[in-house]
Parts: sequence; C-alpha cells; structure tokens
Amino acid sequence: MSFKNIRREDASRAVIVHGILLTYTLVALYPIFLVVINAFKTRKGIFRDPMGLPNAETFSLDGFTKVLAKSNFEVFFYNSFMVTIITIAIVLLLAAMAAWALSEYKFPGNTVLALYLAIGIMVPIRLGSVSILNLIVDLGLVNTLTALVLVYVAQGLPLAIFILTEFMHQIPKDLKEAARCDGVGEFKIFFAVILPLIRPAVATVAVFTMIPIWNDLWFPLILAPGDGKQTITLGVQQFIGQYVTDWNAVLASLSLAIIPILILYLIFSRQLIRGLTSGAVK
Amino acid sequence: MADLKLDQIHKSYGAVDVLHGIDLDVKDGEFVVFVGPSGCGKSTLLRIIAGLEDITSGDLLIDGDLVNSKSPKDRGIAMVFQSYALYPHMTVYKNMAFGLKLDKQDKAAIDARVREAARILQLDQLLDRRPSELSGGQRQRVAIGRAIVRQPKVFLFDEPLSNLDAALRVQTRLEIAKLHQELKSTIVYVTHDQVEAMTLADKIVVMNGGNVEQVGSPMQLYHHPQTRFVAGFIGSPAMNFTKVTIDQVEQDKVTVSVPGGIQSVLPFDVGTADVGTQVELGIRPEHLSLGEGGELIVTGEVDVVEKLGDSTYLYLKLANGDRVTVRAPGHSRVKIGETVTASAPAGAAHLFNADGKAYTKIDCPADFSAEE
Repeated sequence: MSFKNIRREDASRAVIVHGILLTYTLVALYPIFLVVINAFKTRKGIFRDPMGLPNAETFSLDGFTKVLAKSNFEVFFYNSFMVTIITIAIVLLLAAMAAWALSEYKFPGNTVLALYLAIGIMVPIRLGSVSILNLIVDLGLVNTLTALVLVYVAQGLPLAIFILTEFMHQIPKDLKEAARCDGVGEFKIFFAVILPLIRPAVATVAVFTMIPIWNDLWFPLILAPGDGKQTITLGVQQFIGQYVTDWNAVLASLSLAIIPILILYLIFSRQLIRGLTSGAVK
Repeated sequence: MADLKLDQIHKSYGAVDVLHGIDLDVKDGEFVVFVGPSGCGKSTLLRIIAGLEDITSGDLLIDGDLVNSKSPKDRGIAMVFQSYALYPHMTVYKNMAFGLKLDKQDKAAIDARVREAARILQLDQLLDRRPSELSGGQRQRVAIGRAIVRQPKVFLFDEPLSNLDAALRVQTRLEIAKLHQELKSTIVYVTHDQVEAMTLADKIVVMNGGNVEQVGSPMQLYHHPQTRFVAGFIGSPAMNFTKVTIDQVEQDKVTVSVPGGIQSVLPFDVGTADVGTQVELGIRPEHLSLGEGGELIVTGEVDVVEKLGDSTYLYLKLANGDRVTVRAPGHSRVKIGETVTASAPAGAAHLFNADGKAYTKIDCPADFSAEE
C-alpha cells in the first residue's frame, strides 16, 4: 500500500468522524437556538413560523419585558446562582479532601469506604425524595435555600469524589514525598501542591456538579416552592398555565437563564488545561 | 551537618523481611554510597533514614538524636529523588524557596540562600523557568538546589543520575563530587551503578538481599572483597571466577590446580581446609595479561573479542567450560578461535570458600592492596 492511499483513507475517515460530530452538535444546539430566536418574536410570530428567524414584522421584546416586569426574575436568578455557587464550593472542598484521604492514606476500611461512596453514583437521589422531605421538615428547613444546598451537596459528592480520587492516584508519589522531606505539612501539601495539579479535574467536577443543579426542577418544587425562595427553573413555571402558556415569557426567561451558566462554564473550562503535570517527574 | 547511626534496623512488610538488621556508622561529612542489585533493600534503607518508611525494629540516630518516630521534616534531612519530583506549577526559584517560606523564614534570608544555591549549581539564568521548560540535567540540578537551600544535616540521594543520559550522568557525577567538597556535608547516596559508587564514595556499603555484605572505602572493596558477591559486584568488567581444587596446604600457602591442569602456589591462609576441597578462584580481567609472566596461568580458546580502542577484552573459554575475561592492550591482534595463555601475579588472586567467604591473603603486594 502506498503512502498516498493511507492519506486518502485517513482523510475520508476524518470527514466521516467530523460529519458525525457536526451532526450531533447541530442536533444538540438546535433546540437552544430555537428557544433563543423565538424569545425575540411576537406570539403570532412564534406560532405562524416557529423555525423562522425574527424579522421586522415578528420581532418583539414582549417576552423579556413581561418577565422582568411581572415576575421576581432577579430573585429567582439570585436564588439559583447562590445555590449553585455555594454547592459547588462545598462539593469541591469536601470531595477533594475526601479523595485525598482515600487515595493517599492507607487506613482500615479504605476500600470499603470508597465503594460505599461509589454507590451514591448508581442510586439516584430522587428515590429518597420522601425521606429527604421528611428530614427537611424535621430540621425546619422547608422553604430555605439551605435545604437545597444540603441536598445538592449530597447529590454531587459521590461522582466528584470518584473522579478526583482517580486523578489524585495519578499524581506521582515522589512529588508528595519530596514535599514531605521539604518540610511541608500535610494540609499545605494538599492545598499548595495537590490542588493546583488537579485543577483540570476540579474544573471538570465543577461543571458536572453545576449543570444538574441549575436545571433541577424537582427539589426546588418539593423543598423550596415558597415565594422568594424559588429558583429560576421553578420561577419559569408560573408562565406555563393549565390552559394558556405564555410562550414569549417562558422562552425569554429560559434564554436569560442560559447566560449565567454559560459564564460559569466559560470560567471553569479555561481551567481545563492539559499537561499541567508535565515536568514534575521524568 | 551531622553523623548518622543505624543500629540493628529491621524492616518487614507483613511477613516479608526486607532488611535483616543493618548496623552502620556514618561520620560527619562523609559521603556514603549504598550499592547493590535491584531489590537488595538499599532504597528502602534510604527511605527509612528519610522517614518515608517506618522502622520495624532498631534505632536510627541523626546527630545523636533518636529520630525513629520523627516525621521527615523534623529530621533535618533533604532528599533528591530519581524522578526529580519538582513542583510542576512553580518556577525554579519557587521550587527552591517553597520549603523555606513555609518555615516562616525571613524573606531576604530565603532569597540569599536560593541565589547562593543557584550560583553553586549554575541555575542563575533559569530561576524564572518552570520545570517543564528544563532539560533532564537542569531539573536534577534544581532538585539538588532544593535540597541545598534547606541546609540539612544529611543529604539523601536516591539514584539521582539514573534518568540522565550517559554523557550527562558523568558530568552531573562530577558536579555532585565537587558539591560535596564545597559543602563538606554528610551525604547518603543510593545507586545500583558501581562506577558511581567507586567514583563518589568515601565509604561504600555493599548490600545484598537485605544484608550489608561489606562496608569500606572503594579501594578496600576493590582489593579486599570479603565475599564473592562483593568481588563480583565491584569492578568492571566483573571479576572472573572459576572452581579450583586444593592440592596442597602449607603455612600461609596453598597450591591449587587451575582448569587445564596447571598448578599455582597462592599466598593464602586457608585455615583448616582439606586437600581436595573445591574453592573458588577469583581474578580480575585487568590483572591478567597475555603470556606466561605470572604465577597464575590460564589457557583457553578465545570466544569473543571486544575492541574498545584503549584496550581489548578477550573472552576465553577454559577447559572446564568457565569463561574468563582478559584485558589485553588495545593493539592486540588476537582473533576469535585462537588458543591463548594469560597469567596474573599470585598476589592478584582471590580465593573464596564454598559459602562465598574470602580466605585471608598473606603478604599482599602493594599493587593489590588498599594500603597507601
């Protein structure tokens, strides 16, 4: 076989692979695109031509004005943002420390504990909704954001610990031992040596943790449906009625809801730098 | 700087014993090299000194203090790893200053120490680089620098040259030797390379199977190996060994017959060994020369010829099938298949009993003695 043939085969493979990926990207992005373009259309425009771009005749900011004027949109926003940010912070800190303990220190029950935590990945937390609700009622935390944060921390920890443990296993043993010989304490090794090295993993975990929380409707609905405590996904529901749905407002608020999560994603994805450990050990 | 004392150090992992009671004294300012084959326990012993492994039983004293239960940072040691183990997210400067900063030391003092270490190791130009932007040799120098700035009582080196290529290894070896002269610090150095051990050490500790085989200066080990293992391990190419039979025992003299039937009288005190006993004769390739000039004569067919320019190694097959390496001059014209005779002075020979222990040599000639 000549080199030319190999080249051609590679090229056609690349075309196929890129074709599949492009199709998938389109399929994934098109609904979001539809939401955004229809948010800028009149009600008539939405129903007459749902796929069309807004034009001079159908363009309107009705939805946005309605959302901003008629609802406590900034409160929903604030609630969602606070819950997400606080949860991410707690999950990252606890998961990283737990992962460090599981990967670095040998103690009796180490493996059993790791397995126990892994079970959390397999069992959906929603199965425990009734018990969680009872617990939150007993704690007197109904209609508080604290309730949501607690539940989301429990929901996010297992996967976060699992991913971070795997990453920490990859950190060369010599590096930790060098730090120990260098007079660095265990806490300082964790915060000043280990955490900077697993930054890409931490960012990955942050994204994984953040998106289901931001999008969740279930727990806000059962734990904190009260006025002033609603998150954005729950807040949007007021425009979806039994008989009439205010599509302008729903689409406008959904479009707005994408913005913060997009910003957070961009921040974290910048941390997803590869090859940070290169140069540590040969 | 300090002395180091190991007293009956035992180490076992579960039921597996890896160190069987190591005794060792390292004097202040001494350069000690642990050498031995893979798995002999030399790295474990170093890690025990560093505090990275627990001692199963025995005492470890640094500068007179019992440090068995102290953590690495409280032992006054600094370690250089085979893999360099630099902090990849810090610059060279920060790598060296990191430990000191945590120690809450004065900033100006830290700066002075780091710059001094950088000067000694010629890292001045590289202080702002990250480890990933350095070559292997430079990284190893940074690792050494990180050890120097701590001004430790004892330096520990764990095979620091193994990851470097051959030319760089020789160069870095020289730098480490110079460093020791300059700092006059106590150094414990682990390697499997006997050349590193011979060139660097004040004192070599040869280890085998979790035991210390012999401790001594490089020349003592070379000329007076106490066991067959040490004799075979120190020196390159390795010492030749062949089984011989004792024919006659006299006061301070023993007559053996070498394969091929030639008898040699060797200056050894074999104690109570009987005539007819099989012993092992050892002779270094560099002590053998072509011709029959010496008392100890071997004859064999040349199997392989290796020309190195300055010398030529001839691999002879003796009558009993044993191989003997002879170092001939570089201009030697001997060809494969020729039968040649080589000989060595009787004083160059070594004799080992069946357990691998060396018999005492009497009247060792100056050429083959560690005495100065």
